[in-house]
Amino acid sequence: MLLIKNGTIIDPSQSLEKKKDLLIRDGRIEDIDKALSAEGADVFDASDLIVAPGFIDLHAHLREPGFEYKETIASGARAAVAGGFTSVCCMPNTKPVNDNSSVTSFIIEQGRAANLANVFPIGAITQGSKGEQLAEIGEMKAAGVVAISDDGKPVLDSGIMRRAMEYSRDFDLPVVDHCEDCCGAAGWAMHEGEYSALMGLNGLPGAAEDLHVARDITLAELTGARVHIAHISTARSVDLVRQAKQRGLAVTCEVTPHHFTLTDKEVYESGYDTNFKMAPPLRSQSDLEAIIEGLRDGTIDAIATDHAPHHANEKMFEFDHAPNGVIGLETAVSLTLDRLVRRGMIPLSRMIELLSTNPARIFRLDRGSLKLGAVADVTIFDPNREVKVDASKFQSKSRNTPFDGWELKGASVAAIVGGRVVWRNEKG
Amino acid sequence: MPLKRKDLLGIADLSPEEINFILDTAETFRDVNQRQIKKVPTLRGKTIINLFFEASTRTRTSFEIAAKRLSADAINISASTSSVVKGETLVDTALNLQAMAPDAIVIRHSSSGAPRQIARVVKAAVINAGDGAHEHPTQALLDALTIRGKKGHIAGLKVAIVGDIRHSRVARSNAHLLSKLGAHVSLAGPRTLLPFGLEKQIAPFEGSVTFASDVNEAIKDADVVMMLRIQLERQSGGFFPSLREYSIHYGLNRRRLELAKDDAIVLHPGPINRGVEIDSDVVDGPFSLILNQVENGVAVRMAVLYLLAGGE
Repeated sequence: MLLIKNGTIIDPSQSLEKKKDLLIRDGRIEDIDKALSAEGADVFDASDLIVAPGFIDLHAHLREPGFEYKETIASGARAAVAGGFTSVCCMPNTKPVNDNSSVTSFIIEQGRAANLANVFPIGAITQGSKGEQLAEIGEMKAAGVVAISDDGKPVLDSGIMRRAMEYSRDFDLPVVDHCEDCCGAAGWAMHEGEYSALMGLNGLPGAAEDLHVARDITLAELTGARVHIAHISTARSVDLVRQAKQRGLAVTCEVTPHHFTLTDKEVYESGYDTNFKMAPPLRSQSDLEAIIEGLRDGTIDAIATDHAPHHANEKMFEFDHAPNGVIGLETAVSLTLDRLVRRGMIPLSRMIELLSTNPARIFRLDRGSLKLGAVADVTIFDPNREVKVDASKFQSKSRNTPFDGWELKGASVAAIVGGRVVWRNEKG
Repeated sequence: MPLKRKDLLGIADLSPEEINFILDTAETFRDVNQRQIKKVPTLRGKTIINLFFEASTRTRTSFEIAAKRLSADAINISASTSSVVKGETLVDTALNLQAMAPDAIVIRHSSSGAPRQIARVVKAAVINAGDGAHEHPTQALLDALTIRGKKGHIAGLKVAIVGDIRHSRVARSNAHLLSKLGAHVSLAGPRTLLPFGLEKQIAPFEGSVTFASDVNEAIKDADVVMMLRIQLERQSGGFFPSLREYSIHYGLNRRRLELAKDDAIVLHPGPINRGVEIDSDVVDGPFSLILNQVENGVAVRMAVLYLLAGGE
């Protein structure tokens, strides 16, 4: 038994925002009330802290199997709970690709063995994520995948995508798409705009994403599939999703903390620092403003990290040759609190919707709520704790973050998974 | 007054005063190059590494001659591939060279930003000899020295830069430099090869940088016409249909040059494609200063090496 005392419980799934105690028994929510007491229970003093349903990252790369030098499921799960995520959904671009039930089962086993965050695998849409032939989606679903995606390798063939969307409905899985049409920008290194012109780098225009998002929305309408746009990054794409929702389509989307925090200007100011290189690239200031508006008005459903570990060696290459990707599990909560909540862009309840309630809804996970009887995944955080990001102390095996040394206000304090306190961040 | 900086990575970083100081220093070295004995002891005992990741004859030779005329020990390293292909990271390559304690490293690389990445980790002065489509500062300095030598000044001049601006480090460095010194730079070329937005990110001081609506507008009343080399692979890359069409619509010929001022001069960073971006009778005509550019290149590189590699 665990009794969380004196915290402010915020749970959008039951419109709850009150200072109350929370009692967990046998891994489930037993009671929420004022001044609870329970004999023999461990007590967690949550005075001045926020108690929320456990945060769920819809988009992470845990690199195992195949790239264990970048991250393992265990190190990624540890980074997740250290950053306040009790669940993490991992993308299938491993080696081998998670395009069959044995890889799916392996990932689930490794997640169980790590025994930290819940690890929910995402299966590939096509075999080898080559965009040619559908993967065994039904078998992967039976083994435990919660969504399908060829993340990192956009499904360019509209015919294949149409079939994938139709087929996904038989297994009630959302289709997660990395939207990036080529637009004559093969070998791009950053967003196409004033700064790519100045830096002499090949740019990827925002239109490359917009074209692909428009196509996916069109196909969602044709097929009735649930479509989730991964890491949305442009103003026009946010607008396209807004319109799709107004028409009642089952289209959702997520944004990463780096896309609501940084722009291509920071890429320039970094002086070709490869830790500012990722897909989609950091966009323009007007894109960032549109994303914040989308977060405010409900167009954007979730904040996801796109945690993409790369070994330090790989980031020591030339900017145009360095791999795309930054890690995010251990900075996402602080960035959300500092850049969105502290600045008055969104209230705490909306933040929790974006990090827990909605992610659970989109992937239909049995999580994201503190209702009585629910699985006791809980994130406890302090909106006022000041932290300085120190990449050298990350639990992740990788260090590729553009936020090293940043001072932020707000931090995760504890992660409780299935009623067990699996991580605590002490002050200072 | 030495330059108060460790490296020369781009013109964008320089103030107009620094640019003029380098140009004035280069003038003095131009005289050295006219002497019978073309060698001064200025950098005796200094080591300069020319690290060329990309094929280059003109620039590498120019830097090598410059170093030797200053009595420095110049070592040429040709590393023709990127670090990814080679399996050694860029940073490791740089650290290995640093361990040999050079005073300056001159870098040519096909990746934009590579010299800056190296400069962050080495103690030696890093001189950018051209990086990707980013900057080629000594080329812009030698172009400015050439223009100044002929026109007496740069402020107020109209300079047309025509061709593949998108992939051109020469165009970028010149746009920065000439506008900082008060020139009005007009950029033109096929729309597929124009990096729109660049003009908004250049701090021009007294001058200006604009994209002209077409080549003729750029060249009209220009004091200086700078033509850029068109790389053959841009055709297969789908940027324009054929060299023939390129030559007709975007090349510099006598007739088009008549749009410029009567005393206009023609520059080209080389190597030239005769009959493609520039006609032979323009290359060999009296207004062409293409070989003066090469001559000034040595003087400018001597100045830069002298100012950054520890000359007193």
